Amino acid sequence: MAGNIIELTGLTRKYGQFTAVDNLTLTVSRGEIFGLLGPNGAGKSTTILMMLGLTEPDAGTARVCGIDPSADPVGVKKRVGYLPEEVGFYDDMSGLDNLIYTACLNGLSVIDAEARAEKLLERVGLANEKHKKTGKYSRGMRQRLGLADVLIKDPEVIILDEPTLGIDPAGVREFLDLIVELSREQKITVLFSSHHLHQVQQVCDRVGLFVGGRLLAVGDIQSLASQLFGKSPYAIEAGIDLPVRKPGEVDTAGQKRNEIRDALLGIEGVNEIREENGILHLACSKDITGEIAAVIIGSGARLTSLNKREYGLDDIYYRYFEGGDKHE
Amino acid sequence: MVLMTSITVILKEGINMNRSIMTLTGYFDRQRDRVRHPFRVIMEKEMADHLTGWRFLILTALIALTCLGSLYTALANMSQAVKPNDPEGAFFFLKIFTITDGTMPSFVVFISFLGPLLGIGLGFDAINSEHNRGTLSRILSQPIHRDYIINAKFAGALTVISAMLLALGLIVMGAGLVALGIPPTAEEFVRMVLFILLSILYVAFWLNLSILFSVLFRQPATAALSAIAVWLFFTVFYPLIVNLIIKSLEPSAVAPPSHLIAVEQLRLTLMRIMPNQLYSEATTTLLMPSVRSLGPLTMEQMIGAIPGPLPLGQSLLLVWPQVTGLVAGTITSFVISYLLFMRREIRPR
Repeated sequence: MAGNIIELTGLTRKYGQFTAVDNLTLTVSRGEIFGLLGPNGAGKSTTILMMLGLTEPDAGTARVCGIDPSADPVGVKKRVGYLPEEVGFYDDMSGLDNLIYTACLNGLSVIDAEARAEKLLERVGLANEKHKKTGKYSRGMRQRLGLADVLIKDPEVIILDEPTLGIDPAGVREFLDLIVELSREQKITVLFSSHHLHQVQQVCDRVGLFVGGRLLAVGDIQSLASQLFGKSPYAIEAGIDLPVRKPGEVDTAGQKRNEIRDALLGIEGVNEIREENGILHLACSKDITGEIAAVIIGSGARLTSLNKREYGLDDIYYRYFEGGDKHE
Repeated sequence: MVLMTSITVILKEGINMNRSIMTLTGYFDRQRDRVRHPFRVIMEKEMADHLTGWRFLILTALIALTCLGSLYTALANMSQAVKPNDPEGAFFFLKIFTITDGTMPSFVVFISFLGPLLGIGLGFDAINSEHNRGTLSRILSQPIHRDYIINAKFAGALTVISAMLLALGLIVMGAGLVALGIPPTAEEFVRMVLFILLSILYVAFWLNLSILFSVLFRQPATAALSAIAVWLFFTVFYPLIVNLIIKSLEPSAVAPPSHLIAVEQLRLTLMRIMPNQLYSEATTTLLMPSVRSLGPLTMEQMIGAIPGPLPLGQSLLLVWPQVTGLVAGTITSFVISYLLFMRREIRPR
């Protein structure tokens, strides 16, 4: 299949009793930027190691670029660039020398390696630092050098494991832009693993949500939202302010609150109400912001804020976490 | 002249390995255009790392200085070493490796003492430092087989050690040649080369042991200390323990000879667990051709024997078990570290 560059079927990896990756089935098509999103310890890194043939799966098969990594790891590693979570370089060698070494391992002669390395260093913005020892590089520079290191083998797929960890926000933005640019330019498939929702949202075409070794949902952000919030695609947050109960008085505020709740639930289209720190979160099937405001004001409470929002990854993520917890 | 050329060749080889000088020579300009096998790439990097690093420099300086010191005492005492009717008279030249005036150990003793340090020094951080720096997972994600790394680490360090010991041995020979004015015979030369090869094998054993520890322990310091602990155990404590055991078994003066021989055999067997014992037995036999047995000899065996040097073939036959033991030890520790390394899951730092 030319369309799918990564195909994982029923991939499982256990460490003793603990199942790190549980029956994972996933396909990534050529040229897309795929985000593997999940909390720490969700099994993202293990999945990546299995794709590279650095770890054997207990069950299931992986095919990367049409090759089974446990049968022919070298074939996969020829085509796949992998940037590990904390990429390490030989600190006593310059950035350029580090790249040349990697290039030579990929079967380039020193002369070709040098030319390629120079070009890539230019591309990732390290041309001025190429003769500096990598021990003196900053975290962001190391990460960019890592990207150059991954690209030097001219890969079909690059796998980035938490590449933005520990870089400052400006650096992250720059780095992500670079990835997107490179991917589009050279038609490289990118698998991007992260627990940073916003970064994934920013760059990825499709996202796989990965919790507790299981892939809970796959799709682009919109389809994820509709999968999850199918019935209630609109979220409205209303901040209400009720008089605080004075000593000796009957608790009218609590009563009032319940009244408002009931009234709001009475509106057609409101599916669910959740309260958090005095803010009501309403899940609605229609855009009924106006009606909600009217009901709240009509009840005599003060409306301090009203916010209509579309679901982002945050909501998706937390929603799945809730789901994930329930399973246990 | 031949020696001088070989020394220069060795020195040149050493220089060629040096990455920084690589670009200067025309030969390497051609090399730069060639695609090298990944194994060679790793091995050459390892060798360059060793040769440009302080550690190898310090160890080499240490060994070279002590050995030249022992050479000096040997040469100064050469005149006393030659006795009339000496069965080893024909092997005068070999004595520069073994004789001493008692103030300074001989060349052989120095190598058997410092060789392990050299091996340990070049191997104790082979795998764990790569892991700690985070370079291991990066290198392993390149299109190479996993065993290239451990094999290349071993091969690289061994090449550097071999070059160093060979150069040192030849320098000692050359200095002896200049100082004594007598060229070594062909057999002496072969024996000396065999001695150097044996020394390389001995250092390779320690190198492998320290690579094993570098696979076992995450911290290079722990690995180095463990390897040094094994070394100290074998050089200091193990002989003491063997002595204790043998003392408790010591036969009475009237015990039958078979009993005496049995106890002596036991002592030798126990001692031969030590790699340094194997090494010193083997080198003694190679460098002192008059040694004809490494075990006990009865009077019956001695009667009628004319003291004379053994031919090279016979000496080799005598040390064969020792050499086999050293090779076996080297291979065993290499196999263990290989298996451990191949089965380990390499996670990023």
